[in-house]
Amino acid sequence: MSEIALYTKDLSVYYGEKQAVKRVSMAFPSRQVIALIGPSGCGKSTFLRSLNRMNDLIAGARIEGEIWIGNDNICDPQTDVVQLRQKIGMVWQRPNPFHKSIYENIAFGPRYHGVRKRAELDEIVETTLRKTALWDEVKDRLHQSALSLSGGQQQRLCIARSLAVKPSILLMDEPASALDPISTSKIEELIAELKKEYTIIIVTHNMHQAARISDKTGFFLLGDLIEYDDTQKIFTNPSKKSTDDYISGRFG
Amino acid sequence: MNLSYKEVKRDTAVQASKPFPKHRIEEWRGKAYVYVCILVLIVTIFSIVYFIAVRGLTPFVSGGVGVGEMLFGKVWDPDAEQPLYGALPFLYGSFATSLLAAAIAAPLGFCAAIFMTEMMPKLGRTVLQPAIELLAGIPSVVYGFVGLSVIVPFLRHTFPGQGIGIMAGSIVLSIMILPTVTTIATDALRSLPSGLKEGSYALGATRWQTISRIILPTTLPSLLTGIVLGIARAFGEALAVQMVIGNAPHIPDSLFESAATLTSIITLSMGNTTLGSAHNNALWSLALILLLMTFVFVFIVRLLERRAKR
Repeated sequence: MSEIALYTKDLSVYYGEKQAVKRVSMAFPSRQVIALIGPSGCGKSTFLRSLNRMNDLIAGARIEGEIWIGNDNICDPQTDVVQLRQKIGMVWQRPNPFHKSIYENIAFGPRYHGVRKRAELDEIVETTLRKTALWDEVKDRLHQSALSLSGGQQQRLCIARSLAVKPSILLMDEPASALDPISTSKIEELIAELKKEYTIIIVTHNMHQAARISDKTGFFLLGDLIEYDDTQKIFTNPSKKSTDDYISGRFG
Repeated sequence: MNLSYKEVKRDTAVQASKPFPKHRIEEWRGKAYVYVCILVLIVTIFSIVYFIAVRGLTPFVSGGVGVGEMLFGKVWDPDAEQPLYGALPFLYGSFATSLLAAAIAAPLGFCAAIFMTEMMPKLGRTVLQPAIELLAGIPSVVYGFVGLSVIVPFLRHTFPGQGIGIMAGSIVLSIMILPTVTTIATDALRSLPSGLKEGSYALGATRWQTISRIILPTTLPSLLTGIVLGIARAFGEALAVQMVIGNAPHIPDSLFESAATLTSIITLSMGNTTLGSAHNNALWSLALILLLMTFVFVFIVRLLERRAKR
């Protein structure tokens, strides 16, 4: 088994009084794709967002438990969230490019973290765009607005943007659910490619997508982690009945 | 089945036999009402513009006053034997007060808007925003009065001069246009495309970086629209300015010296002239300049809105 990139221990997330995630303990091995599945409102997105402390931005959200990256518990209030979010990138369901040029979208993050030299920025832009297979499509119009790209291209740009700050873990919240099938397959190819360098945790509603791209799958129901195992096992021979019901479409 | 088919047939037959069914008449009545209203509106607007233009152009057409003489002349003395119609002091006063007011109100308004949307959304929505909107409802004479009894004495004690002047006018105006700037900025910040902020935070940006590099640039056209609308309001405001600016028809050397604006000179002099006299017509020319400036402001706002959409 490969090393562990990140693990949670008894992680609970509350919105006010409501407990959205219930004492979830999960370990995410390095350089694998881990899919989180479950019906809407089961807490999987909340769980994902707490991994880079994006829940801090939501009024009334509260985290209990531990999240460990290496030797750091990132739930510690002392944690520098700015550094943390540099290590853990995030991509959303709806592409959210900044209203700037393609180049500036990518250069934005590195600039925050102190990269000032033009040549260095140029290189970051090119490598991240190549990694996301976008370079050939946009290399002639790097300085046009990112909003002129198609939805699928925008999403890949957002992935490139998060890669530009050199994270080791990528969180993806239904990254392809707002895209057409061709763009979706491009994103999936991209995920398979990125897995060589990054640990990817992806929330998806698409069972086939989870089965196609992930190494491990976790099934959430009403805030509980019901089952977490190799994707192969989850989809062919789940050990819990509710997992079986969900993936075979009997509820959810 | 057969029966219901027959019934439908009979229904349509009944409707067709009536030439003006009720719903048609209702439709026409509604249409007529809307058309009459819009016609009244168009006629009103055109008559105002026409009236001001005819009166305002008279000095240039038949009064022997040159356009350049009015726009760049420094002396305003319409009742002299050799009447002079230099409106530059008023143009200067109007632009100086409204631009300075915008310069004061813009940073305050932006910061208030950011505070209300980003820092304390709950407090902002329930307490601060209603409080600021209340400012818009205060009559301008009250502003003028407060300016006269608070701001002018303060300026008189702090700076050389009488306290009245462009600075006093600008401060009063800046408070008056603060609701406009703040409300538009708040709306713009609230309608920011979802995910932009999160996208920036997720890259490890701090709140300050997110506000200054993402939120402000994205909402800039709307913020500018707020400023221009504020300037337009300040440019047209007469009463409050007139109470604190001193109304001396010359170009002041400092911000604390008595001055005058287009609006203040019109409201001051209009009652003392007879309709159709040269002096009266010259005041209409000033009104025409105000009207044209309003068009310019509206045009700028349109331009900004188009840029915001792109």
